[in-house]
Amino acid sequence: MNTRKRQKWAYLFIAPFFLSFLTFSIYPIFYSLFISFHDYNPLTLKMTPVGWSNYTRLFGSNYFWSSVVNTVEIWLISIIPQLTIALILSLILNERWVKGKNALRSIYYFPNLITPITIGMLFTLLFGHPGGAINNLLVSSGLAAEPVNFPNTPILSKIVGGIAICWQNFGYNIIFITAGLHSISSDVYEAAEVDGANAWQRTTQITMPLLRPIMLYIMITSIIGGLQIFDIPKMLFNGSNNNYATRTMVLYMYESAFQNWQFGYGAAAAYTIALIIGAFSVLTIVYNGARGRERKVK
Amino acid sequence: MSMDLAVRENLRARHRRNAVHFCLYLVLLTVAAMCFFPFLAMLIGSTQDNLTITTRFTLVPGNRFAENYQRMMQNKDIWGGFLNSMWLALTNTALCLYFSAMTGYAFSKFQFKGRGGLFTFIMVVMMLPGQLGVIGFYREVSDMKLMNTYWPLIIPAISNCFAVFFFKQFLDSGLPNEMIEAALMDGCSEIGIFHRIVLPCMGAALVTQGVMSFIGNWNSYLNPLLILNRTRMMTLPVLLASIKSGGGASDYGAQYVGILISVAPLLVLFTFANKVIMEKIAIGAAVKG
Repeated sequence: MNTRKRQKWAYLFIAPFFLSFLTFSIYPIFYSLFISFHDYNPLTLKMTPVGWSNYTRLFGSNYFWSSVVNTVEIWLISIIPQLTIALILSLILNERWVKGKNALRSIYYFPNLITPITIGMLFTLLFGHPGGAINNLLVSSGLAAEPVNFPNTPILSKIVGGIAICWQNFGYNIIFITAGLHSISSDVYEAAEVDGANAWQRTTQITMPLLRPIMLYIMITSIIGGLQIFDIPKMLFNGSNNNYATRTMVLYMYESAFQNWQFGYGAAAAYTIALIIGAFSVLTIVYNGARGRERKVK
Repeated sequence: MSMDLAVRENLRARHRRNAVHFCLYLVLLTVAAMCFFPFLAMLIGSTQDNLTITTRFTLVPGNRFAENYQRMMQNKDIWGGFLNSMWLALTNTALCLYFSAMTGYAFSKFQFKGRGGLFTFIMVVMMLPGQLGVIGFYREVSDMKLMNTYWPLIIPAISNCFAVFFFKQFLDSGLPNEMIEAALMDGCSEIGIFHRIVLPCMGAALVTQGVMSFIGNWNSYLNPLLILNRTRMMTLPVLLASIKSGGGASDYGAQYVGILISVAPLLVLFTFANKVIMEKIAIGAAVKG
């Protein structure tokens, strides 16, 4: 077969992909880096090189660091229940006697399909003050004497953001964990059963250790995704409070670039955020690797 | 006597097991109810007048849907946004499928120089946070004088890294090399092989990726928000978000109707394709895990 002639076809087949990829994915990434070292005047459309000054201004900005703290807080509030619920439900759904597994998994997964914008709007309406559905429920059931001010209490509005993100994502994690559970060979369980292990021992001694790789994967993806949260916080309580409490770092970048029209400063924020996310991912991998070795030594 | 004891012991164990199962079912159903509650609140809310929504909690539907709908329509051309979103999502899905399949096929079945390097490059870029290029993208589109056109939203659909990765995996195991060789022997052209052998072979993978692409495009928010400023060009998520920031926060009923319209197509799609969607995610998990 004429393989050299075939090679040409391969380049032809990947050409459209790479043309679009280089133009709209790669070039913007480098262009952002370039912009981050410039001051851009939105009126005269002029770019002036300013060295590292955008970065030094960013590092000295309390608003930026408080947005970083907000992001980590909202992420922690969402990730802990999210993984706990997903893990418990996956383990229950993995039992033989449970009926309607697929229907339940579908119900759990559905919130993941909805636009974050819509989720943000929905939760703003639900947790509105004083007339949101949750407040009506709390007051009419006697759980609260008067409506709770979710939008204007910083910690509560962060919790609402965390709940919304948890609600959106735990079903997705269930599918991942279930796939991990299915990949564990049934021989292992049968051997354990023969040795007289009960359901609890099987779960803690076999399932949990064997799930480690997939849990690590879920952690990494949820760090990359979770620290970029933007749409839900942007919509959440927007307009009804000054939303400092739910301003995440990507939202801060967005506001710097597209509301204050400081592209250079915004681009510096984008690169700093990417570094922060990278650092968190690496820390998780290293920490996990260290714990894995410790376990082996024991 | 001892027989009796054994039976009773057995019965007690079964009772205990049933009690445990009951509790676990209760956990499963409670979480399912919590998943469903916001949708229920949305459905009920869309049929109530604003006074009812804001003053008491009810699970009984009202009869104000038509009025809420009308107020919604007076404010924003929701169906215009709906159509914009629909054709954009369909076009982008078609482009993504065709060109990603082509790229995945080249990476799977051709030995060309730079193949490994280019594929690794795609994988690495896939891991980068999406917001890294946002400002550059905006400035680039503006430099190209493509603001307020659909081109910057359509063309990037051609380069979907996830789809290329997925199709390559599928073709590696799903399409025997012998079929391509046989077609070459018979004098079929390369592009003909792609159209008449590769694409038909990929049916299941195309459906799966198609559903995922459609959902991703339907929900896409940031890029349309940056590129489209004219109201009549806006997609549904941008339009819905603009109601919110336009100070319409008090009109709960109308907003619930808007949310309902944006969720409905996904609900329909999910009813028919939930199996496909969940399998695709499970495949992703299997590859990575």
